[in-house]
Amino acid sequence: MSESYLPEGLPIPVPMGDGLDTPYWEATRRGELMVQKCGNCGTWQWGPEWICHNCQSLEMTWEKVAPEGVIYSWERPWHPVHPALKDHGPYIVVLVELPHAGNVRMIGNLLGDPKQDVVIGSKVTAVFEPHDDADPPYTLVQWKVA
Amino acid sequence: MSERTIRGKTAIAGVGETTYYKHGQSPDSEIVLVLKAILAACEDAGISPTEIDGFTSYSNDRNEPTRLAAALGIDELKYSNMNWGGGGGGVAAAIGNAASAVACGYADCVVAFRGLAQGQFRRFGQGAPDPTVSGDAAYMSPYGVMSPLQKYAMRAMRFMHDHSVDHSVLRAISMASYHHAQNNPRAVMYNRPLSAEKYDDSRWIAEPCRLFDCCQENDGAAACIIVSAEKAKDMKQPPAYILGAVQGSDHRCGAPVMNATNFPSSSFASLAPRLYEMAQLKPQDVDVVQSYENFTIGVMMAVVEHGFCDPEECNEFFQIDNLVAPDGKMPLNTSGGNLAECYMHGLGLQIEAVRQIRGQSVNQVPGADVAINIAGPMVHHVSSVIMGSEATL
Repeated sequence: MSESYLPEGLPIPVPMGDGLDTPYWEATRRGELMVQKCGNCGTWQWGPEWICHNCQSLEMTWEKVAPEGVIYSWERPWHPVHPALKDHGPYIVVLVELPHAGNVRMIGNLLGDPKQDVVIGSKVTAVFEPHDDADPPYTLVQWKVA
Repeated sequence: MSERTIRGKTAIAGVGETTYYKHGQSPDSEIVLVLKAILAACEDAGISPTEIDGFTSYSNDRNEPTRLAAALGIDELKYSNMNWGGGGGGVAAAIGNAASAVACGYADCVVAFRGLAQGQFRRFGQGAPDPTVSGDAAYMSPYGVMSPLQKYAMRAMRFMHDHSVDHSVLRAISMASYHHAQNNPRAVMYNRPLSAEKYDDSRWIAEPCRLFDCCQENDGAAACIIVSAEKAKDMKQPPAYILGAVQGSDHRCGAPVMNATNFPSSSFASLAPRLYEMAQLKPQDVDVVQSYENFTIGVMMAVVEHGFCDPEECNEFFQIDNLVAPDGKMPLNTSGGNLAECYMHGLGLQIEAVRQIRGQSVNQVPGADVAINIAGPMVHHVSSVIMGSEATL
């Protein structure tokens, strides 16, 4: 069993049925962070869409980006809303801006003490959290203070 | 071409609600709740239910107009409208869509309704029991972001960071709702006052929100009847005229994985100016504010975005004395709202605005001529409406 920040039993992420975000989920399995970029105008885009919101080109590409970000916002849930989280206690969710990808934002957990002080603007680096025993296996992108 | 506005062309002529229950405690099925609310609104308006010829609702209400029309014996159904979007962002839009249908002549007597028996269906405050998730949920659920509060808390956390907002702001909003509910026998939280100490001692649900920052989960139904201004004048109740209604959101508000351009927002930044323009009013003309509390954090940002205070002034403005009827600077959620009257998905707040205009509220603001209703802050498609008395026409 691989060690994970939150208990096993939460919903398992799978790529969309139309294949839109398959490249992202495949990349996380390799320990790589990939984000959409428009092949026409160069606009970074997240979450995945079939079309560029800036120039409406359908030529969206996937780019590998440095796994580094900045905490844009955060929350600390205490009340469990899923059976897997019952009696687990608080955990931290961060919204991370990626300065190397046009400041698009990604969601992840902030590793470490769940009661730590969280400072907006802190630099964070990605930590790839594999769930090899899940069906299907997947890897989450988590964050730790740099 | 005549001016494109619905200002003053229609009015709410009848309002009705069921008994409000805690979730799971309604003895009636959801559709019975809806029918009871509509019948109560007809009684209030002094009309027969067979005069209804249109229905509007929101948030994928399960009770379809054709079934309601058949059940009520309506001769001819002329209009039905469902406003897209989850949560309560569509409640003022349902009023506005009904008003526009009447103003344009699609129908003559449209009921905006909502039935919600969370005890009979899935509760909003729980994660869905899906073994796998894809799309937007794949980027949230595995990280423990599943409930509405978990999806919106980070908008407010950033807003509070940017503008140095204290938690006392959230406490004052919550205490205002509970204060007003103590005079409202319809309120689920009637006889359950909230002190500052009780608020401060309550548990975190998801920081920055405590238990009393969160709405209830309830069973109930509510309905408002919208007719033309000409017709409303001769009916049983003083009309609450619709002076303006807006819906929507700004640039990329619905962008997946929390990538809205204006993220620390209740989604009203572009709507509110349009609302005031249509109503030909300014924030200082508003006598009483009903602002949908999914969570107090949404009220805070929505009140700011509707121009009642600057973001930097929140700590001074959101004081309990400013927020309570009859004498507060900005009486807020005077029925007890979603926090303390009932989470009727915001339609209870619309009814309260009508009662204020009529002079019938249990927490009446003296001489209230203009009421604003703000629906579903922070969701991706929101709406608001301004109602007024005959003096505002």
